[in-house]
Amino acid sequence: MPGRVEGKVAFVTGAARGQGRSHALRLAQEGADIIAVDLTGQIDTVPYAMSTPADLDETVRQVEALDRRIVATQADVRDFDALKGALDAGVAQLGKLDIVSANAGIFSFGTLDELTEEQWSDMLAVNLTGVWHTVKAAIPHLKANGGGSMILTSSTAGLLAIPNIGHYVAAKHGVVGVMKTAALELAPFNIRVNSVHPTSVNTDMIQNSATYELFAPDLTPEQRTKEALAPRFQTLNVLPIPWVEPVDISNAVLWLASDESRYVTGLEVRVDAGQLLK
Amino acid sequence: MTGRVEGKVAFVTGAARGQGRSHALRLAQEGADIIAVDICEGIPSIERYYAGSTQADLDETVRQIEALDRRVVARKADVRDFDELKAALDEGVAELGHVDVVAANAGVFAFGDKTHEVSESDWQDVIDINQTGVWHTAKAVIPHLIEQGTGGSMILTSSTAGLKGTPNVAAYTASKHAVVGIMRTLALELAPYRIRVNTVHPTGVATDMILNEAAFKLFLPDVEHPTKEQAAAVFESTNALPIPWVEPVDISNAVLFLASDEARYVTGTELKVDAGYTIK
Amino acid sequence: MAGRVEGKVAFITGAARGQGRSHALRLAQEGADIIAVDLLEDIPGAPYHGATEADLAETVRQVEALDRRIVASKADVRDFGGLKKAVDDGVAQLGRLDIISANAGISTQMAPADELDEDMWQNMIDTNLTGVWHTVKAGLPHIKAGGRGGSIILTSSEAGIRGYGNIAHYVSAKHGVVGLMRTLAIELAPLSIRVNSIHPTQVDTDMIQNSATYDLFTGKQGSTKEEFAAASQAVIALPIPWVEPVDISNAVLWLASDEARFVTGVPLPVDGGNYLI
Repeated sequence: MPGRVEGKVAFVTGAARGQGRSHALRLAQEGADIIAVDLTGQIDTVPYAMSTPADLDETVRQVEALDRRIVATQADVRDFDALKGALDAGVAQLGKLDIVSANAGIFSFGTLDELTEEQWSDMLAVNLTGVWHTVKAAIPHLKANGGGSMILTSSTAGLLAIPNIGHYVAAKHGVVGVMKTAALELAPFNIRVNSVHPTSVNTDMIQNSATYELFAPDLTPEQRTKEALAPRFQTLNVLPIPWVEPVDISNAVLWLASDESRYVTGLEVRVDAGQLLK
Repeated sequence: MTGRVEGKVAFVTGAARGQGRSHALRLAQEGADIIAVDICEGIPSIERYYAGSTQADLDETVRQIEALDRRVVARKADVRDFDELKAALDEGVAELGHVDVVAANAGVFAFGDKTHEVSESDWQDVIDINQTGVWHTAKAVIPHLIEQGTGGSMILTSSTAGLKGTPNVAAYTASKHAVVGIMRTLALELAPYRIRVNTVHPTGVATDMILNEAAFKLFLPDVEHPTKEQAAAVFESTNALPIPWVEPVDISNAVLFLASDEARYVTGTELKVDAGYTIK
Repeated sequence: MAGRVEGKVAFITGAARGQGRSHALRLAQEGADIIAVDLLEDIPGAPYHGATEADLAETVRQVEALDRRIVASKADVRDFGGLKKAVDDGVAQLGRLDIISANAGISTQMAPADELDEDMWQNMIDTNLTGVWHTVKAGLPHIKAGGRGGSIILTSSEAGIRGYGNIAHYVSAKHGVVGLMRTLAIELAPLSIRVNSIHPTQVDTDMIQNSATYDLFTGKQGSTKEEFAAASQAVIALPIPWVEPVDISNAVLWLASDEARFVTGVPLPVDGGNYLI
């Protein structure tokens, strides 16, 4: 049986680890070749260790182990020329572009009166402008391809407010605006654009001491274990789980990327264990 | 490769034809057994728009499922009659052993009158079938899902008219909004049991429900006998994607995703399959 | 100074007490005459008593104390014929109709969706959804006949935009009201008749100040008003346990007045930030 995205080429940003790697692998399992980019470096205002070149190498290894092709490049979504260069080179090697997963994103926190200028500008630059750059770089290729599917990673924080992350909420709401506009502008070209909205996902972005401190300021650093934090994350959700796994987001991305959703555009698809219901 | 809903049993209402048959077949293709119900007769207030389903339609659904080597229990049942619906489901569960997936799909479309000119009986028929019928479906199946203790997925068919207003389609629009209310309530009530509840919201689907002259006239009131081709252009103008309507299988693919464990943490969502209708 | 709805006539259902009476008074304070109806009976399954003749008489007294006219009658929103007669009589006496406040609503059995009784479901849909449609259907010809446009305000609920456990029939009916509102807003826009819905959080009336509602919110039997207040406040962003009827009336007044002349098709929460959290 052919894969659900057999023969397609997907561009995934933030692909070195976490959700991005999971998206690349899930799409590759179902027959896609991958163009992967990641910053593979640190941003000063991000309070956890970001990805490394070794992480991106591991994504390459796992995609190739599935017998799919992958073109991986170090690139920063804030730098349009670099991003475009990486994508153009990938398309030159793999022949075309069908799918875009604008996944790269960062997390930091502070109340609106405490956030520094740098925290705010880094967040908007990566999580909003970076998504627009990804869309902008991809559109010419998708038009040349005669259609395609773009999936922009927003968040439940793109649909509701959460205290202490006003810059993240603003950026992720902004992604919905980009999505809806792109969906309208690109529908005549058979290019679909949707967003996905995860609740907490079990990755380094939340499984780190800084995020634990945000959720458990009353505990000592020693007490802040993953097991101790799980019930607190669970209070965000309706289903009895603390967080979802990266593959749960990837399965939504896969559906949106495949022709099974050929008439689905302009949606906010929540994979949120019911968080928005609360 | 195992199917995406291998070994599950799905309860599908309105399964004799159209989207319901398509859901049953798509789920069966991916490994599910089916409990199918349909009213298999016309509803007087609806028959001026389009003809009702028949026993022959339901038989054909059965034939196609069995051709896929899946089991099916099909019964004539009216979603307005709780006892009848429950009996059909219970028989299906007794024969097939369990139920995991629910597609509350049965519905009718009535239209053409200004809201204040809708007759009492027309209003009541639509509310009874599209709204109360969905509740009946949920009410019949929930005890099975809770008792089994293995979670489950309920997919309630709403509409783009469950999210936006639709002039001259008041009862249908009210009923389809109400389905969202049922879904949100159930998603909260049933989350502790890992039973997920979501809605799907199709734009126009190429079935008898819209491919009829009465529906064409809703969009082309000034044309005496509007053709499918004339209607297609107007339908297309309501969608963002350059298509007049979607096929039943497009809705089934969304139902399949929600039914499968791929969507194991998706609950309480309104999933549109609408070619961009609601963003225009 | 002229009132904000001076010279207009408003039709209000469920006007004997609670939010409906408050709407009648607030609109009358700002210059409107009132056509008031109410069921004036106990509602099966409701954990509170229905309004009485005396309640409706008190609404009449208070409106008249404001030097406004009022035509009040007993009518059931489930009975289109009776409702139509009441509004027809009111318009015959007061001369016109500009505003409809479809406010009548009930709260009844509280149970998981699969345990709700058939008659509880049906009566809820009949009253809180079909009753709203009836109200609009009865009043609309009079607003149209005026040729001056108008404003229709449908009372939905926070439960019209989000789900709550154990009241599937209420949530469904209140969501249905939003569908009706959106449809009407499109149909009636060419006539400059505006249609909006309001979505109150908990309002301090008999409908919530009863032990069944206390227990629904706290999740335990025999809860006190204080425990309910704490549980209710937990779902509202502002530091309040509930809002007062006049807070909803002020939203109705704004939507009814020409201040909102270009506002139509809007679900307006008056919820202290309930929807945010």
